[in-house]
Amino acid sequence: MMEILSCAALTSVQDLGRYGFRRIGVTVAGAMDKLALAVGNILLGNQLSSAGIEITICPFRVRFHQDTSIALTGADCLATLDDVPVLPWWTRSVRAGQVLTLHTPVHGARAYLTVGGGIDVPVVMGSRSTDLKANFGGYRGRALKKGDILNIGASLRPAASASAGTDDFGVEPPASALPSNGLPQNLPGVISVRVLPGAEYERFPESALELFWRTDWVITPNSNRVGYKFIGPPILPSTDLEVFSHGLVPGVIQIPPSGQPMIQMVDCNSSGGYPNLGTVIEADYWRLAQARLSGAIRFVKTTHPEAVSALAAERDYLNTVTRMANVFRAGKPGAVNSVRASVRRRAGA
Amino acid sequence: MAERQNADLPRISMVGTCALLCESTGPLDIEHQRRIWALTEEVSKWKHVLEVMPCLNNLMVIFDPFETTIETLEQKLIDAWVNCEASPVQGKLVEIPVVYGGEFGLDLQESAEHARVSIEQFVEIHTSADYVVYALGSHPGFAYMGGLDPRIFVPRRTEPRLLVKAGSVAIGGSQTGVITWATPSGWNLIGSSSLSFFDPDTEPPALLEPGDRIRFRAERIER
Repeated sequence: MMEILSCAALTSVQDLGRYGFRRIGVTVAGAMDKLALAVGNILLGNQLSSAGIEITICPFRVRFHQDTSIALTGADCLATLDDVPVLPWWTRSVRAGQVLTLHTPVHGARAYLTVGGGIDVPVVMGSRSTDLKANFGGYRGRALKKGDILNIGASLRPAASASAGTDDFGVEPPASALPSNGLPQNLPGVISVRVLPGAEYERFPESALELFWRTDWVITPNSNRVGYKFIGPPILPSTDLEVFSHGLVPGVIQIPPSGQPMIQMVDCNSSGGYPNLGTVIEADYWRLAQARLSGAIRFVKTTHPEAVSALAAERDYLNTVTRMANVFRAGKPGAVNSVRASVRRRAGA
Repeated sequence: MAERQNADLPRISMVGTCALLCESTGPLDIEHQRRIWALTEEVSKWKHVLEVMPCLNNLMVIFDPFETTIETLEQKLIDAWVNCEASPVQGKLVEIPVVYGGEFGLDLQESAEHARVSIEQFVEIHTSADYVVYALGSHPGFAYMGGLDPRIFVPRRTEPRLLVKAGSVAIGGSQTGVITWATPSGWNLIGSSSLSFFDPDTEPPALLEPGDRIRFRAERIER
């Protein structure tokens, strides 16, 4: 068990999401940064579908009531276990009674705490994610608060101490491991994400599209797991657009009548009727999830083949992390070196 | 994607890396919607298709981009649309009891005034039509319905309400329905229903499905 000692709003139990129910209006939910959650689970030898805790506002403190192992991924929150720093993208064992503290992030917006065996909450409609809008799933269908006690599932793997391996290791984070092909670099405070044109793209005049691509869109404080709203010059269609409600996925960029774009995120409605200018590609979704309020987003036009190869690079990264974690736990240093070398090659270092 | 000349061919566009939107270019009516249902059933059987989301005159197809290409899927969707027959689905009949007006029907009077009828006549028109569920979506258990009498079309409010109570019966333009959970909405609130439209712990979780026939029944009118 683990006990939440201190917890601001917007902290919830999430897994990779609830799929197959858009057609009855159910949102996908799940972690905003699914890549970070997946890496956390891989570091611990969990199933990829295990639930972790998404932490958006710090400080966050939790006391463990049992020996277990944890991983921290996503935003760097200067975490400490008792008084010892724990690096981001790192796993280690904890003893009963120890307290983990996460502070305001220095990079990124969302941190993920995963535990060996996963957070044990009931599976509702195929997922342990909290549906924060409809109030079901996760821990009692709501965000976590001080005093909540969470059960930890049975770990799938033997303790590292039973082999020659270690429980104390980390991996290269996606920010350095994944290539950012085609993304403009060196724009301080601006995160670039790639976009595929959507259904109403051609219905906007050339001048509006040009403005859309070259603007650094400021993320308003009114942005959350449902969607991000932006401030910038209005992007208006050539004529009024009548659009029937249609299915949505996270990443869809809608243009409401105000001309100020909105990006649908993981808690978005399953359908909506605003014009769809384009969609942020899945492989850049973690970049969006880690964007901070008042930061800016630059949209970069891409093609479907590029989007698929970006997704393939993400899959390769997860495979590499999996091999590396297995090697560390088994304790075969020679093999660790060869995996490290392959990570460096992929990162182009 | 290539522009198509033939008016009957669907319009297909990307929704990110792993989804396509296939839209009928015809009018939104029950005949076209029956083809959308038939196409949904057909596409759901295809290999590498992970999820199909039918909506109003369109469907979104989520697929595995490592197993198929958008070109292949686009062609298959066009062929399937051309060959599909309207689905004969006749859903169940569901009666929705409604308290019109009162605390949760704040816009009933204004809506009746807009339609230039009395409140009683407005309720009579709303309860005498047969509605068909075209699709579910937006929020859990919410049904898009066709069949609203044009005499009581009421344009959406210019200022949406920030929070509308679950169970609100409402009209937005040419559509009517029951808002199934607390949400912002620009629709006109004409009443409320205590019927449960969604429960994650039951199977199936949603009360309604596409093709179901709906009748609203007036429990009473409150002023």
